[in-house]
Amino acid sequence: MSLDTTLPRREFLRVTSVIGGGLLLGTWLDFGRDGVLHAADLRHLADPFSPNAFIRIATDGKVTIMAKNPEVGQGIKTMLPMLIAEELDVDWSQITIEQAMSDPTKYGPQVAGGSTATPVNWEPLRRAGAAGRQMLVAAAAQVWGVPAAECTTASGVVYHRASNRQAAYGTLATAASALTAPDLASVTLKNPKDFKIIGRAIGGVDNHKVVTGQPLFGIDVTVPGMLYAVYEKCAVFGGTVTSANLDEIKALPGVKNAFVVQPGGTALNGLLGGVAILADTWWAAKSARTKLKVVWDEGATAQQSTAGFNAKAKELFAQAPQRSLKAAGDVTAAFAAATKTVEATYEYPFIAHATLEPQNCTAHFKDNAIEIWAPTQNPQSGRVLVAKTLNIAEKDVAIHIMRSGGGFGRRLNNDYMVEAAMISKQAGVPVKMLWTREDDIQHDFYRPGGYHKLKGAVDASGKLTAWQNHFVSFSNNGTDFVPSANMSGSEFPALAAPNLSVGVSTMPLGVPTGFLRAPGSNALAYVMESFIDELAHAAKKDPVQFRLELLAALPAETPQGGMVPSRMKGVLELVAAKSGWGSRTLPKGTGMGVAMYFSHRGYFAEVVEATVSKAGVVKVNKVWAAGDVGSQIINPSGAINQVQGSVIDGIGEALLQEITIVNGRTKQANFNDFPLIRLTQTPVIETHFKITEYPPTGMGEPALPPVVPALCNAIFAATGKRIRSLPLSKHNLSWA
Amino acid sequence: MPVTFTVNGTSRTVDVPADMPLLWVLRDVLDLKGSKFGCGIGQCGACTVHLNGAPVRSCQMPAASLQGTKITTIEGLSPDGTHALQKAWEELDVPQCGYCQAGQLMSAASLLAKTPKPTDAQIDAAMNGNLCRCATYTRIREGIHRAAGTTRTTTEAGGTR
Repeated sequence: MSLDTTLPRREFLRVTSVIGGGLLLGTWLDFGRDGVLHAADLRHLADPFSPNAFIRIATDGKVTIMAKNPEVGQGIKTMLPMLIAEELDVDWSQITIEQAMSDPTKYGPQVAGGSTATPVNWEPLRRAGAAGRQMLVAAAAQVWGVPAAECTTASGVVYHRASNRQAAYGTLATAASALTAPDLASVTLKNPKDFKIIGRAIGGVDNHKVVTGQPLFGIDVTVPGMLYAVYEKCAVFGGTVTSANLDEIKALPGVKNAFVVQPGGTALNGLLGGVAILADTWWAAKSARTKLKVVWDEGATAQQSTAGFNAKAKELFAQAPQRSLKAAGDVTAAFAAATKTVEATYEYPFIAHATLEPQNCTAHFKDNAIEIWAPTQNPQSGRVLVAKTLNIAEKDVAIHIMRSGGGFGRRLNNDYMVEAAMISKQAGVPVKMLWTREDDIQHDFYRPGGYHKLKGAVDASGKLTAWQNHFVSFSNNGTDFVPSANMSGSEFPALAAPNLSVGVSTMPLGVPTGFLRAPGSNALAYVMESFIDELAHAAKKDPVQFRLELLAALPAETPQGGMVPSRMKGVLELVAAKSGWGSRTLPKGTGMGVAMYFSHRGYFAEVVEATVSKAGVVKVNKVWAAGDVGSQIINPSGAINQVQGSVIDGIGEALLQEITIVNGRTKQANFNDFPLIRLTQTPVIETHFKITEYPPTGMGEPALPPVVPALCNAIFAATGKRIRSLPLSKHNLSWA
Repeated sequence: MPVTFTVNGTSRTVDVPADMPLLWVLRDVLDLKGSKFGCGIGQCGACTVHLNGAPVRSCQMPAASLQGTKITTIEGLSPDGTHALQKAWEELDVPQCGYCQAGQLMSAASLLAKTPKPTDAQIDAAMNGNLCRCATYTRIREGIHRAAGTTRTTTEAGGTR
């Protein structure tokens, strides 16, 4: 078919502001000359032949929906197309889903991070689908000479019941392409009670490929003519190469090249210096690496260690906080007047992400442009880093978003991407660079450790009257925290106390830190919700009741640091009811613990039942999770997967995980010394959602934080032992 | 060194270093990308294949030991992806990122071949060597029970308005 290519472009979607993230996504739809319906971005108006598509409907009826965001196991490649398909009014079985390349001017933000995809896309993508449907209806109405309002749609067909006519979407694509597109803000969205796809448990779109072993992941990419690369960096972060036995390495079997890569700057999240070895198989490159001898300049941070951090924290705790984060009332007077005062110091370790697919990237640099195949959670930041480091234009960086074998925040950093890019540039050939597990554990952007010296007071009625926290964390300039090492002075329950004093002291850090699933929250929940439990016991209150009273001290419907107290109350009451809280008699050595936490716009309260054997072995028997993520669980199967995964992930962190820094480098190297939780350690998990009238929010993170303190509180209930440092594997929990 | 062995029913001859692990022979020489690299030390199970019917970690099997063996990988578990476990995995939406699932399925298939109706304890014993970083363990267990036609009572979800 052909269309007049001089047709003016038809914009119909204006920039739509979205809930929660402050992000904007401007989209328009256009029928291109291929008779294909495109949804794209306003900023591409200047490029009339750019087929920017969320939706394509071919004249043969094939419906293709683009999956815009990186899939890292959070189910987004399934969930976002559900939003479009619902409002386009096609059957799920009718559509083909394609992974989009990185192109934020076409697709808007393409980030797998911060549980943002749901709040950012919930409305715009439904509008994109609804606009497509509206144009197809208008086309049918015009062809039939009937009012559009008399037409209905179902399963990719437009109907006019009165005249008993119908037309499949594909047969209308050409006619629809001649119509003026509607303003996206004006399109009508379905009443949620009419949803056919949203709210249905739908399996992952790539599941069949996964279970049959088809290539899907970054590590599976093959490019003609590529060499395999390994990359050795200094064990001390940011150390540089002084010299290396490159000639010896180049003579080894299968090795095609070996060279030094200079650092791209001083930032630990940029290109770090090292030695690349390229070979005709990855095994040959890795084998050659065992013979590699590098003289390193380890730099200034080679003296840092976990032991040193711990000693420094103790020293800082002996002094007043370096600066205040929040203060109100008079804590000194409140402590003096208190019926009961509790003091405790909590600490948590650095931990690694350990995505099961080690970091890798394939890159082909040619003629000052580069094509990249990357398992990344944040392709756009990778593009910026690669362009800057290789001194090429951002428009000359093409990035294929590959499925990631786990993300958990690790792949928000694109160090592996810039390494592969520079290695390809220096080698002049396409390169697939793959890290070993040891590289992966020892060159992560870790969840930073931290220290909290806490003091709280309750009055005779058991009410919290004072809250004090001296937080010791990491900063390299005394002001800005290193990534994920920050805390708000309003961190719950500070504002529930009439007298509060929250301060911070910091020490420098030469270890890269980053975002691990529920960053900040995964550590702070442990500290705050464990200490709240201590205060509940001091107040002689049931831990659920004590928390309800803390929430009641805040205005119920007014967000406190983003948290709406009434929503937290809702999930806490729900989990208490579902778990039989307070009504079950448990044998000695078995206990139940509760915790609640607000993070990434989601509300979760969780109860853990755990048994500690007399010998001190912890077994988590069951977890009840209650969540409020708004008015709609978009894909219940995916949502429950995320709750189960988050809960088990959190239990694994609490039980097992610790990264130790010695002489500026990471001591642990593989799963033998940085263990992941296994099937036999997995409890039964019961998930409940409380449906509220708030807009839907994301599921990747908020179920994780509360399970850590709920487990620690259960261990206290079982043994009387407070867990004030992690992991649990370092504690002697034997009793009797 | 040249080595001849059978992969998914087809005889293959490769000329590779004697110490090259089967995993890399499969992935980079025979272009069978289904078996995954996770740790290289036999700790994670992502590279699990069947060697003469028994589950092995292919990252720990040097090419020199492969002569005359019969290897089955995830690509050969069934001709068309309809092994009872593969069907159960899709029905229950087991995968999250999916990276470990080839190894999980190969371990589970070996279990069911020997123990068609496994108990939870037997599942634990057979599956504890396979890590899942996304922690899909609840559905892995359910998937094995479904494929075996056995049951386990697990409460998954509810909604409360």
